Amino acid sequence: MNESELRERTRALLAEVNPDAGGDQRVPFRAAQFDHGLAWVHFPEGLGGLGLAPKLQGIVNDELHKGAKTFYEDMLINPIGIGMGAPVLLKYGKQEDMRGLLRRCFTGEEIWCQLFSEPSAGSDLAGLAARAVRDGDDWVLSGQKVWTTLAHVAKWGLLVARTNPDLPKHDGMSYFLIDMHTPGVDVRPLYQITGEAEFSEVFFDDARVPHSQMLGEEGQGWKVAIATLMNERVALGGGASKKGGGSIAVLIDLLKSVESQRSAAEDAVLRDRVARLYIESELLRLTGLRARAARHSEGPGPEGSIGKVAQADISKEIWECCSEVFGADALVYEHGYELRQGRTTVSDNRLQAKYNLLRSRAYSIEGGTSEIMRNILGERVLGLPGEPRVDKDMPWKDIPRSR
Amino acid sequence: MLFEFSDEHGELRRTVRDFCEKESDENRVRELMSSEQGYDPKCWSRMAEELGIVGLIVSEKHGGADLGMVELAIVAEEMGRVLLCAPYLSSAVLATSALELAADEAAQNEILPKLASGEAIGTLAFSEPAHPWELSKIAMTAEADGSAFALSGEKSYVLDGSVASEILVAARAGAELALFRVAPDASGLSREALPPLDQTRRIARLRFDRTPATRISSGDISDQLNRALDRAIVALAAEQLGGAQRVLEMATEYAKTRFQFGRPIGSFQIIKHQCADMLVAVELARSAVYNAAFASEEDPESVSIAAQMAKSYCSDAYLEISNRNIQVHGGMGFTWEHGAHLYFKRAKASEVLFGSPSFHRERMAHSLGFGAR
Ligand SMILES: Cc1cc2nc3c(=O)[nH]c(=O)nc-3n(C[C@H](O)[C@H](O)[C@H](O)COP(=O)(O)OP(=O)(O)OC[C@H]3O[C@@H](n4cnc5c(N)ncnc54)[C@H](O)[C@@H]3O)c2cc1C
Repeated sequence: MNESELRERTRALLAEVNPDAGGDQRVPFRAAQFDHGLAWVHFPEGLGGLGLAPKLQGIVNDELHKGAKTFYEDMLINPIGIGMGAPVLLKYGKQEDMRGLLRRCFTGEEIWCQLFSEPSAGSDLAGLAARAVRDGDDWVLSGQKVWTTLAHVAKWGLLVARTNPDLPKHDGMSYFLIDMHTPGVDVRPLYQITGEAEFSEVFFDDARVPHSQMLGEEGQGWKVAIATLMNERVALGGGASKKGGGSIAVLIDLLKSVESQRSAAEDAVLRDRVARLYIESELLRLTGLRARAARHSEGPGPEGSIGKVAQADISKEIWECCSEVFGADALVYEHGYELRQGRTTVSDNRLQAKYNLLRSRAYSIEGGTSEIMRNILGERVLGLPGEPRVDKDMPWKDIPRSR
Repeated sequence: MLFEFSDEHGELRRTVRDFCEKESDENRVRELMSSEQGYDPKCWSRMAEELGIVGLIVSEKHGGADLGMVELAIVAEEMGRVLLCAPYLSSAVLATSALELAADEAAQNEILPKLASGEAIGTLAFSEPAHPWELSKIAMTAEADGSAFALSGEKSYVLDGSVASEILVAARAGAELALFRVAPDASGLSREALPPLDQTRRIARLRFDRTPATRISSGDISDQLNRALDRAIVALAAEQLGGAQRVLEMATEYAKTRFQFGRPIGSFQIIKHQCADMLVAVELARSAVYNAAFASEEDPESVSIAAQMAKSYCSDAYLEISNRNIQVHGGMGFTWEHGAHLYFKRAKASEVLFGSPSFHRERMAHSLGFGAR
């Protein structure tokens, strides 16, 4: 299928279901998009795609932007399922109802979460301790996960657990897709800097997951986890979707609209900073476009960490800069800190910027810290020698741990 | 200048640190920051009576300890270290200094003893929304009616403005900058607590509508008020130093005890260097604060510049260090339960309060003769 046929096909979709028709069109529209093979064009036919090159998804999105006011952002609907779960499920899953799972994932009818990090295993994900023990056709889970975004609303969880503690750490793990409503899975909210609980602690107390829900083979958990994380980094490091859009647009709007308390000299200093941030965000966006265009069907590689690091640094500074634009008004935090579940969304730029000053502190932590991203770039992209490793070849159970 | 602290200084620091660690541990801070008043009146009385630090810089004849900026910096540093929730900066520093330096004797005699004993909480309302930190741009002008005055307009970001019982207002009498006293229950006065970014320090907006006020100063007091504000700025910088030092310790402790990849994260060079950079910044901040504090005693002419240097450097350093500390703690540093965010928010709010680093650098450039042409 060539580009113009793909555009044509997207217009046909819009003619069939109109996202602007009023009411909540999300599920019917996204379901139709999936059925037309326009969810992920590089996926096989029948599973939301058309077997095309991944970069052609840009054509579809472009046409969707042009054809309707309402555009459903994957990252807002089901960030973990769509960005990270679906490609991994497709590649490693043996599920019978693959089509149904992918379709409900794409429409957002079923939210997914990522059960990787544990209290003692964050950056060192391969150090994880949650155990899965085989019992007949099932695996029985015990242990704890932490920082699980969306766990409180999720139907499915991407889970890595240790299936053999006697092997070196990277070899003894397996990967599962677990139904979060399984008995023995306990989700408890965990509050963050803003007072919200976007993430949770998840406890497993002999929760059973069928062997058929394993992604990849027993002992391949690390490989599948890395594939998941690389998808995540690309999703997080993509930059704005249109020129001058996203956080930099908010900063510029505030710079223009908030009454300045500064002298002309201070204004000039601030303007210089905003202009530099504009350049950096625009270059981030263009780098994201280039990365997507170069994307091969096997999925992203370690260079995805470039966008992730840059995005974290630039976005954090943009929200800090917004705070400087506010002047003394930055002392006031209208949202308050009442402890609550979920994530604040506001359309007002001023309030959004105040919230994001705090929320953005996690940009350089979530999805892998900026330090880890720099290790990946140094070692896996530039080929610099790694640090001496003390933990790589010994049995997992013998590795030194926090006191 | 070698910043020599005496034995008495050491003793003062130990006493205040002991008190702060006992009376303002993290649990207590969390209780107070979500309480209605935002501070503990009992603790405040003990600070006044047992420690004598509420009246630290109040002169002896008004019931204070008559100590100077060096002692004040020590006390403020210790309070900043534990995020003490108390109206110290507003009442014991800013309002006190304004009265000491700018008020008439009668007003001093009446109000200062009450502030020193902790019986009253004072605040100086001076910030106006357009140019919050520049006294020369204060526009609110009192309407005179014989010897009585009335104030109308708005003062914002007033420290502890909701709880203060002694409200001092900087406003104009004709062209002169003057100090007014407004009764807390005066007609036409409304006080609105603002939701703070940093819950450990309270701010309020005060609105005046033909509110009766008493003028308690004579002549133009711009110079005096600027000196009072400089003192508050140095105290704030000292608080920032104390907080930054504490945050450095948090990060270092964590880097030693948190293991990933079979080793303490502090053994990774990037983390080690981040901690080392924090240390460098803390030590430069310390020099900035002690320089400003000792200058008040040894070279009063240089205090303003020293205060600007301290405020701009300490603001940047504290913010950067508290930001880094979150990073060193990983996911843990982003949680509500962990104290890292409390320091980040305090650092951010302190950066803004009394003028941003950029504002102070610009002023310093002027003072040093390389300001804008
Ligand atoms: C908002 C948010 C949402 C999240 N959502 C999820 C989720 O949905 N699912 C999930 O599984 N996890 C999630 N996480 C967890 C996240 O992936 C981890 O927090 C992150 O990987 C860091 O792990 P850690 O918190 O244990 O920090 P640690 O790994 O303990 O790191 C502490 C510090 O040490 C540094 N460090 C560690 N190792 C090295 C090294 N080798 N070299 C140099 N520096 C090093 C780190 O960079 C960091 O600065 C989320 C986190 C946040 C903040």
